[in-house]
Amino acid sequence: MSTLIYQQFTDYIRNETPVALATIIEGPGVGAKLLVARVDGVEKVIGSLGHPELDRVVARDTAGELEAGRTGVRHYGPEGQATPEDLIDTPTVVVFIESFSPAPQMWIFGAVDFTAALGRVAKVLGYRVTVCDAREIFATKRRFPMADEVMVTWPTPMFEKRGNTLGPRDAVCILTHDPKFDVPAVQGALSTSVGYIGVMGSRKTHNKRLERLAEVGVNSPEQLSRLMSPIGLDLGGRTPEETAIAICAEIIARRTGHLATSLKNTDGAIHS
Amino acid sequence: MREILNDIDRWRSDGKKVAVARVVKIEGSGPRDPGAAMAVNEDGEVAGSVSGGCVEGAVVSEALAIIGENAPGRMVTFGYSDDEAFAVGLTCGGIIRLYIEQLDW
Repeated sequence: MSTLIYQQFTDYIRNETPVALATIIEGPGVGAKLLVARVDGVEKVIGSLGHPELDRVVARDTAGELEAGRTGVRHYGPEGQATPEDLIDTPTVVVFIESFSPAPQMWIFGAVDFTAALGRVAKVLGYRVTVCDAREIFATKRRFPMADEVMVTWPTPMFEKRGNTLGPRDAVCILTHDPKFDVPAVQGALSTSVGYIGVMGSRKTHNKRLERLAEVGVNSPEQLSRLMSPIGLDLGGRTPEETAIAICAEIIARRTGHLATSLKNTDGAIHS
Repeated sequence: MREILNDIDRWRSDGKKVAVARVVKIEGSGPRDPGAAMAVNEDGEVAGSVSGGCVEGAVVSEALAIIGENAPGRMVTFGYSDDEAFAVGLTCGGIIRLYIEQLDW
């Protein structure tokens, strides 16, 4: 077999193109592959599972799984039969469909020591990290080598230009403490569908910030309930690294909807 | 699989044969979700993981056998409740189904 599919597959993953790989794992044609990528909103299909109708049906289902970001196993007949009645008395083709979505994003506002620690932990978790600060001498790639991108800009243009790329899997962490910067950053983040918005500061800073946000019209309970402020789980740590863990732990717990407590103190299945 | 691509590419550019094991299904409690992947080269070097360390040794043996026999891909199941399962199980009691194949595509 040629290495064309693998090459295409790795190219798509590396340039952050959403791609899904369908492989026959049992039945006739085991090992055959179909690759479905979404390039500029258009689906592109490469490879074959050995029958045109099977290819058509699996490509359709794979595109659906890719859209939903799902990975799993599906059963077909050798000619693409997909309904249970059609699968009686015919060998079953078992197909594993694996979706590869681009890495989730974390935007960190404020080029401070906490930013470097948070960037490192976020990279461990697989985020694409963007550090953003308006001060040119602080926002440098040298200070944040772990960041995929360091932007010297104010929050508002950043959100205007790229806010529409943020979704439920992504996170915005505002570590500036500076009202000039954090109020527009909060406003910008609230205008997106980003899944997590954390804002750093003491309870005093938080209360003052709420006043300033109210002055610019950010005061509805729905808006304010999206803000995780003060940022992070209460782990009791103090260092930038410990704070970074507390922030990332909060992001995970918000995503899963779990109460962040020790498993020792809870019952039931751990992975549900 | 994303995290093991660099190792795979390095091995392949060195002319090594490579097999890849992917978790396709988990029943009950399992440490890694479907899609977790591990690559093994013909020298037995490993990248990535498919469990919490419970079955990796057996996966290496199976991957090396597939490379050695130049065999097509196959399903392998690990777990206590399967009679045909290999002699290793998952400490968490779940069942893990893997698809292992040569990277010849």
